[in-house]
Amino acid sequence: MRKITTIIGVLTLASIFLAACAPAATTAPPATEPAATEAPATEAPATEAPATEAATATPAAAQNTSVPVAGGERLQAVLDRGNLVCGVHGTFQGFGFLDTTGAWTGFDVDFCRAWAAALFNDADAVEFVGVSAQDRFTALQAGQFDVLSRNSTWTFTRDAELGLTFGPVTFYDGQAIMARKDIVSDASAGLDALEGANVCVQSGTTTELNLADQFRAAGVSYEPVVFEDQNAAFQAYEEGRCDAITSDRSQLATQGQAVLANFDDHVILDLVMSKEPLAPAVVQGDEQWADVVHWVVYGMIQAEELGITSANVDDFLTSEDPVVKRLLGVEGELGSKLGLSNDFIYRAIKLVGNYGEVYERNLSPYGLARGQNDLWTNGGLMYAPPFR
Amino acid sequence: MALTAFLRNVRVLQILAQILFVLLLALAAGFLYANVTTNLGRQGLTVGYDFITNPASFDIGESYIPYEPSDSYGRALLVGLVNTLVLSVLGIIFTTVVGIIAGIARLSSNWLISKLAAAYVGVIRNTPLIIQLMFWYFGIVLQLPPVREAVALPGSIFLTQRGVYLPKFDPTPTVESWRVFIWIALVSIALIWFLFRLIQNRPGQLIPLWAYLAYIVVPVLILWIGFVIQPEPPLKENLPVLTGLNFRGGLRSTPEFTALLFGLVVYTGAFIAEIVRAGIQAVSGGQVEAALSLGLTRPQALRLIIFPQALRIIIPPLTSQYLNLAKNSSLAIAIGYPDLFSIAGTVINQTGATIEVIVIMMLSYLSMSLFTSLLMNIYNSRMRLVER
Repeated sequence: MRKITTIIGVLTLASIFLAACAPAATTAPPATEPAATEAPATEAPATEAPATEAATATPAAAQNTSVPVAGGERLQAVLDRGNLVCGVHGTFQGFGFLDTTGAWTGFDVDFCRAWAAALFNDADAVEFVGVSAQDRFTALQAGQFDVLSRNSTWTFTRDAELGLTFGPVTFYDGQAIMARKDIVSDASAGLDALEGANVCVQSGTTTELNLADQFRAAGVSYEPVVFEDQNAAFQAYEEGRCDAITSDRSQLATQGQAVLANFDDHVILDLVMSKEPLAPAVVQGDEQWADVVHWVVYGMIQAEELGITSANVDDFLTSEDPVVKRLLGVEGELGSKLGLSNDFIYRAIKLVGNYGEVYERNLSPYGLARGQNDLWTNGGLMYAPPFR
Repeated sequence: MALTAFLRNVRVLQILAQILFVLLLALAAGFLYANVTTNLGRQGLTVGYDFITNPASFDIGESYIPYEPSDSYGRALLVGLVNTLVLSVLGIIFTTVVGIIAGIARLSSNWLISKLAAAYVGVIRNTPLIIQLMFWYFGIVLQLPPVREAVALPGSIFLTQRGVYLPKFDPTPTVESWRVFIWIALVSIALIWFLFRLIQNRPGQLIPLWAYLAYIVVPVLILWIGFVIQPEPPLKENLPVLTGLNFRGGLRSTPEFTALLFGLVVYTGAFIAEIVRAGIQAVSGGQVEAALSLGLTRPQALRLIIFPQALRIIIPPLTSQYLNLAKNSSLAIAIGYPDLFSIAGTVINQTGATIEVIVIMMLSYLSMSLFTSLLMNIYNSRMRLVER
């Protein structure tokens, strides 16, 4: 009897040990597996379930790229799979939000659609994976999605230490602070108006650090109340636990209007507490894939500059302007140099829209003015390198 | 021939199996360690504790030891550990009281009391703790009135959504000479205990229940005499007073702490109630009958016969509930209490030292739990049936 127990124990341990080794052993045949997920691709936005399915199915493909390679593997893997897996926010209205009808909406989400349109001529060939602030970079490194488009600030550490490549900045943001009007009446007030205030903040963000730095520099005392979840922070602020809440300006404006019962009772101070350039990110080491992500975004910015919209893009196909011709793929072979169809920008514009349209559609309803995010020709920072 | 005989020796086989088991275990651990270091090395990350002395530069809402953002990460983690310890110790004390009362109430012959206790146990044990914490925080504590409309209870206790304010006592210079009386009071308790033992060890002697009041009356009397003979009262009361936007003075329990303490005490109390009930019911009915037939009264039977035997059954599972309470306190992050887990999360996000911080966390919780177990095991061995 005792002998049997020992043998069972040894066997159990051996099987656990073998199971631990297994992922390494199965790296060889991953290419066929992603094809299985092709079918539910179009219904992906319907519920959360397909998203998790995608999360579990993709690591097989991911193991190829988790080792730095010369390039081209990710693009080929995505094209073979027939859809793009995109890491997004999920509960952030205006940027990445799964609404009550099961549809994904938002600024970051629309860029995922634009990439899918450029790749497959189908803006719905995307599987969205909702991911938390804490997990986003780890999940990207592990290959749970092809690209991360989740209001992520481009910082030196993230670029250099985490082994990521950030794309062009899609939204120039900055940390701001929102307070109740009965405490701060004027948006032009400084931090000293918040002496002794309770400030709600989300953990795991650059915001928490900036908050301490700024208040310390200003010599103003305060009490932080740190939440893991942004929605919990907003709820606590709404209930009156905090006098003020701090986050990126875009979040305060959009979440504030979506969550707070009476947004007019609150004021967002003009004070800019930090630079927060939000950009998509891919795993470092696959230049071709990074280029695809970059140039689709640049193409959308360029299109706005040229006045090309989803409504009039077909008229521009007959344009005599060589710049327009090259951009839309009527002339030249820009797309094929990236391994894409030559009309990849045309597809993105036609099916999703130019940068301005995406901005208007998602962020203007929340009263977010273009500001720094306007084209360089209008005094903003949006500037695309030339397509030639 | 000698070898086969050697291998057929049951004792040898047993030892060999154990050696094999240990080897496999070491191999598995070595594999996991190698896996971690190579994977981190590939991303250019190294494992080490150099970060621990760097300035943390984030703020912590509440702390029982002095802390500044310029202090080190190590200090910040220590603040988290102390916050967890304070919460756990208070939680364990209160939950024991709640659990014992509810457990006895369930056995009450009073229909209403026993049904109420059954409902409490049924509801609390069958809903997830995190939901209960959310309920206490957002549903109860944050629904208290704002500071200016605070609920004032007798004895200068104020309930507000910014926290519960209690009076506290500050020491004055004469506290030094009063301290002698505290020692005398402690000695008096030991003396009473010794006296009671002497009486009880004589055959046929039973100390009436009211005599146990001596444990409280005598020390309090000594302290009071010491208090009044001082030229100036050794303690001065420090009452919370509404000044400006907030209360000043007194002792403040933050909304997060209050909600967490309530949530954990109520949740764990329900489990302890069941343990207490089971312990009492497990003492065989013949014990009561025997006690009554020896001439003991019913309360005496309960106190001298049932309870000591029930304790033997109660203590081991009670220990694991104490451990549960301490570990469950890591859910604090959901409602913004800066416990060890919450602060460790922030440290991980800022330093990227995931594994190192998780190791610190695991060791902290482990040593907390082992220490609690040790104390409870000592208590258990004293209460155990002594076999001669």
